[in-house]
This record gives sequence, structure tokens and C-alpha cells, in this order.
Amino acid sequence: MELLSGGDMVVRALEEEGVEFIFGYPGGAVLHIYDAIFNNCKIPHVLVRHEQAATHAADAYARATGKPGLVLVTSGPGATNAITGIATAYMDSIPMVVLSGQVQSHLIGEDAFQETDMIGVSRPIVKHSFLVKHAKDIPETIKKAFYIATTGRPGPVVVDLPKDITHPDEKFEYEYPKTIKMRSYNPAVRGHSGQIKKAVSMLLAAKRPVLYAGGGVILGDSSELLTEFAHALNIPVTNTLMGLGGFPGEDRQFIGMLGMHGTYEANTAMHHSDLIFAVGARFDDRTTNMTSKYCPTAKIIHIDIDPTSISKTITADVPIVGPIETVLKDMLELVKTALKKTPETFDQEANDSWWQQINEWRDAQGLWTAPRYDTDSGMIKPQQVIEALYKTTKGDAYVTSDVGQHQMFAAQYYRFNKPRRWINSGGLGTMGFGLPAAMGVKLAFPDADVACVTGEGSIQMNIQELSTCTHYRLPIKIININNESLGMVKQWQDMQYGGRHSQSVAYKDSLPDFVKLAEAYGHVGIRVTKFEDLEDKMNEAFSLKDRLVFLDVVVDPNEHVYPMQIASSGSMRDMWLNKTERT
Amino acid sequence: MRHIISVLLENEPGALSRVVGLFSQRGYNIESLTVAPTEDPTLSRLTLTTKGDERTIEQITKHLNKLVDVVKLVDLTEGGHIERELMLIKVKATGAQRAEIKRCTDIFRGQVVDVGPSVYTIQITGTSDKLDAFVQSMGDANILEVVRTGVSGLARGEKVLSL
Repeated sequence: MELLSGGDMVVRALEEEGVEFIFGYPGGAVLHIYDAIFNNCKIPHVLVRHEQAATHAADAYARATGKPGLVLVTSGPGATNAITGIATAYMDSIPMVVLSGQVQSHLIGEDAFQETDMIGVSRPIVKHSFLVKHAKDIPETIKKAFYIATTGRPGPVVVDLPKDITHPDEKFEYEYPKTIKMRSYNPAVRGHSGQIKKAVSMLLAAKRPVLYAGGGVILGDSSELLTEFAHALNIPVTNTLMGLGGFPGEDRQFIGMLGMHGTYEANTAMHHSDLIFAVGARFDDRTTNMTSKYCPTAKIIHIDIDPTSISKTITADVPIVGPIETVLKDMLELVKTALKKTPETFDQEANDSWWQQINEWRDAQGLWTAPRYDTDSGMIKPQQVIEALYKTTKGDAYVTSDVGQHQMFAAQYYRFNKPRRWINSGGLGTMGFGLPAAMGVKLAFPDADVACVTGEGSIQMNIQELSTCTHYRLPIKIININNESLGMVKQWQDMQYGGRHSQSVAYKDSLPDFVKLAEAYGHVGIRVTKFEDLEDKMNEAFSLKDRLVFLDVVVDPNEHVYPMQIASSGSMRDMWLNKTERT
Repeated sequence: MRHIISVLLENEPGALSRVVGLFSQRGYNIESLTVAPTEDPTLSRLTLTTKGDERTIEQITKHLNKLVDVVKLVDLTEGGHIERELMLIKVKATGAQRAEIKRCTDIFRGQVVDVGPSVYTIQITGTSDKLDAFVQSMGDANILEVVRTGVSGLARGEKVLSL
């Protein structure tokens, strides 16, 4: 058997796991590992400019590819800087392994230089974590970390590595385990067959069903299966923010995103539904509005791999714990058999009248059937920016986003037809996510169009990564929807705080010249102020194939995102449709 | 309602903090908690008591099961079970009180395990209710110190929580 140092073991283990990029930043506690990387490592290392960006880049790489992301940071501040990114991945169930350096074992607990209890600090935001005590435990621990991160409900796993166990002079036998079995960790592999039968007969009997699909469909690589299932029963489909792309955005059966900024037809259909079929969604508070008024006439079938997601906020009538893929496959088979053997079980009349009703809602208030924003101000509207982006990229780009109004506009107006194309921080809502996320996606798919939809607030939270983009020549397109204000904060202040814009417009006069800023990093900056120029400039940005383009689009600062559910006190169907009209 | 949840836990560093952290993180309440290694040194047995409605208890057991370090668990209060708690209580014992306290201890089937010129230390085992009753019988004014282990329990009959 081969003898390797701890540092070499780390590198070898990552190679054996098929890691494609190490997103990291060196420092004292990981110097031995970095030396091993220098001496012999087949995996390219991506040096970010802040550890938070390393986690977002690795996370987005995972979202876009389906493979786990890998982060390497040092102890203390390196580790704590990674925390926001780990929490982001945790909230959205993204498979990621974070290797953090730790001070030497004998110094742990002595408040040593750059010491932080990373296991303790990260505990509530990881799927699991390991503090490795001895070099010979490194291979098995890394194997376990990847196994846990990628199976069941995925999530981030932290492996804390004290410096001394990676010392180059202390070598131990190395063998990478081929498989791993853990007696205390056995994620579900199949749904309960009785529950599945019950769910299918309820779906066949339903008169006003809605398929409510979340990020689990994408994480479980079940988009095609879900689409086939929805088509088989001609059931209307709504997606959560995390689920967009899990069902084709341009499909006739797609009724848009639901929830706080969901479409009128999706939220209204949910409210009037008699059966909600929840697939890989978790009834998040941004999608339910007030739970006591939630969908009063609906029975609920809920498939999820994680039993804790079921009946957490909304009680499920038929819970099914299992991987979406196997459960949906089993269900689809039963549906097909039933439709063949006893076609009369499917109530065509009820289905027709349900669609007639939904189409009426869609025609009256849908975002895509007529313009729902007014253009009187003469300024570019943020919605128009997304529409232009959609047109230029033919709906086929990878779109990352930051957090705020621009994120909601992108979710509403960019109609994602494929899974893993929409990359955003849904659960945690992390500003500063978009740019490093775009880096991770662009590295994974160098030939694809990658756009980062952001705002002048969010982009400044990780703007240092423009330097990383120069370093690795990452020609992403930054679409900066610049309204000179923290738009979503301002919107809430307009609606609920009498228009008192506490801090939301404070930086108006101190914003940088983004064109010059982009140029200072060696990129192309383009400013757009007139609607007539928008499409041309957007096309120009994407025609510069090998350059990062920072498109700074000045938009109407007074625009709000609509529809907007009437928060906390309302039901699903209670929405503001614009500044003056409500349901 | 009060529930006793018994957990078979990997005897790993950090495992206990994950269990305790889960409760504070999710706003659940722990009334008592006791933990020690089992006959298999790689496993610990943890017993905790908590209060909550059915929905909360269901979430608690699901979340505990989700922890990678948790091997198995059972809600003992769902079936017949035995529960015990041990208490050491130090009380003022002078003059005529000494005999009275001794008599009361005998009634509760406790033992005086340490004697000082003016104090008794008494050991009592039983259900939490019984221990509460003894504390009450001693009266606040006489009690100097109370230490309780928290509840331990096992299911009645053939039922076993093991690998």
C-alpha cells in the first residue's frame, strides 16, 4: 500500500471523487494542503478574492451540473467567511463539501491564532460535519463527506482539518474506499406503495388539481418524468422559485411561479384547487402566505425525500417519503395503466372546465398574455431588461441572480425551459450570490451563455470577484438593473411604511461609475439609459464572446414587483396586482 | 404532553451537541436529558424528555432521525415503559426534624447517603412525579441543594432498541 502525507491524501481523495474545480483561498492552516496542490494535483484551483465567493461559485457549479462543489479555505476568518455560502447551500439543499483548515490539534481550544470552532459555528447550517483527528482517517472521512453531501436530501458537509495531520513528513498508508456504508444514515430509496396507489386514485378523481413542483424536482433530476406525468393528466403546473425550469416555462400547462410574487393564475388556481400535488417542494412561507387560510378546499399529496419537510407547515393528507424519480415512475405507471384500462376514471369534462377557468384568469391578469406594467415614465422598466435578455439569449442562457426586485423580475419574465438554468439563492436570499455563482457556472460550461442578473446593491456585495473573472478569463454578462436604490426594501417601505425610505436610497449619490469600474478590471462596461438602445446593447454584450461585459442599465426607480401577495394576513389569492388594484 | 424520547447515538465527538443544537435551533424544549455509552462503546444511549403537541413531537422525532449521528430512536411514551430518575437532595436536618426526615425518606423508599451535624443527603429513585412529591414534602425552607439525573427509560416487555 502507498504511503502518503495527509496533505497528499486530501488531493488524491478529491481526484478520486472526480472533483473538477477546487474553489479556494490559501492561508496558514492549509499551507501543507496547498503545497500538495502545488506539487501534484490534477484538479485546477480557482483562486477567488473572498472565501464567500468560493462557496457561492462551488454551490452554483453544483446547481448547474448536478455534481458536488468543492471549497477549500483556511481556519478562522477563512472559515467564517465561508459561512454565508454554506448557509446558502444548506437552505437550497445543494451538495457541497467544504474543507476548512484548523489550527494544530494541540492548540485547539487555546484561542490560537486564526482559531475558530468551525464545527460549532457551522453546525446549524450543515447536513453534517467532521473534525478529522488523524491523517489516516482522511480518505474515509472525505468519502463519507461526499456520500452524505450528494445522497438523500443533498446539502453541504464541512470537513475540518487540523494543520498537523496534513504535515508532509508524516506519511501513512493510503487507500481510498470504493463504497461506504453508514449504519446511521440510510436515505429512503422508494416510496410506500400503498400511499402511491392512494395518491394516484386521488389524482384521477380530482376535478381541480394543481401540480406544485419545487427545487427537489431539479435536484432529483426528474424534470422529464415530471413533464411526462403532468402531460398524462393534463394537470396545470406551478413552480416554486427554486423549481423554475423543472417544468418547461413555455409549456401550455405552465401557469407560472406561485407565492409572494407568483402569477395571478398560479396563486388563484392553488386557492381554488381541490387537490394539490406537491413534488419536491416544502411549503415555504414565501409560497403559502397565511397558513390558516391556505387553499381551503384542497387535499394535499406531498412527495419529498426528507420526512421533516412533510407536514412541517401544511399538513399533508397523503405523505410519500422517497426519491422523486422512483416515486413518480411508480405513479406514472399506475396512471398509464388506469387511463388505458378504465379511461372513464379521468373526468374530461371537469378537466376542460378547470382549464377554461385557468385560461380566463391567465387572460385577465397573466404576466405573459399582455403587458402588466406601464411605460409612462419614459424610463426603461426592469421587466423590459429581462425580456430583452430573454430575447437575445433565446431563453437558453444560464441565468444567475442576486436578491431583490431584479431576482423576482428574472423569475417572472425569463421563462426557463430547462432545469439547472436558473441559479439563485432562494431559501437564504443571499445578496452577493450572483457574480461568484456565474463564475462557477461559466467554468463548468465555458461555451454557454451565462448571465448574472443583479442590481447595483447586490453586485457590490461581491464585486471584488470581477478580478477573479479577469484572472480566469470568464466572459460572463452582468446585467445590472440599476435603480439607484435597494429596490425590494424600498418597495416594502412604500407599501407598509408610508414611503419612509430608511436607508434604501441612501447610497444614491455615492454609487461608482460601473462602466469605469468594469474597465479598471479589464472588462467591457456599457451603460444603457434609453429603451431604444436596450436591445442593441444587449445583443452587443452577448456578441462579445470572449469578454466579460458589465451592462449597467438605468431603470425606473419607482417600479414595484407585482403581483404581490398581501403578506401575512392574506390567503394565496389575496394579491396586489399593481400599485392601486388588488384582488 | 410530556414525551420520553430514547435515542441510540453514535458515540462520536460532537454528536451530543448536534442533538442539543437541534432543539435550540428549532425552538423545541428539552426538559431533561441524560446520556452515557452503552455496552457497545461505539454507541451512546440518550434519553430526553420534551413537551409539545403531536405535530411538534412528530417534527422532533423526524429531525432527530435525520441527524447523521442518530442510529435509531423510539418515543417511549407511545407504549408501556419504565422510567426512572435519580435525585440527590441535601436538606437541613436538626433536632426533631432529623427523625421526621428519616421517616419521610423511608416512606419514599429513599436512603440517607450522607450525614452531617445539621444536614442529611438523601438519595431517591423513581418517576419524576415521585421525586417532585418528595421535594414538596421536604418544604422549600429546608432544602439546601437538589440534583437530578433526568429521566432514563426502557420499553416494557420484549421491545428492544438496538442495532
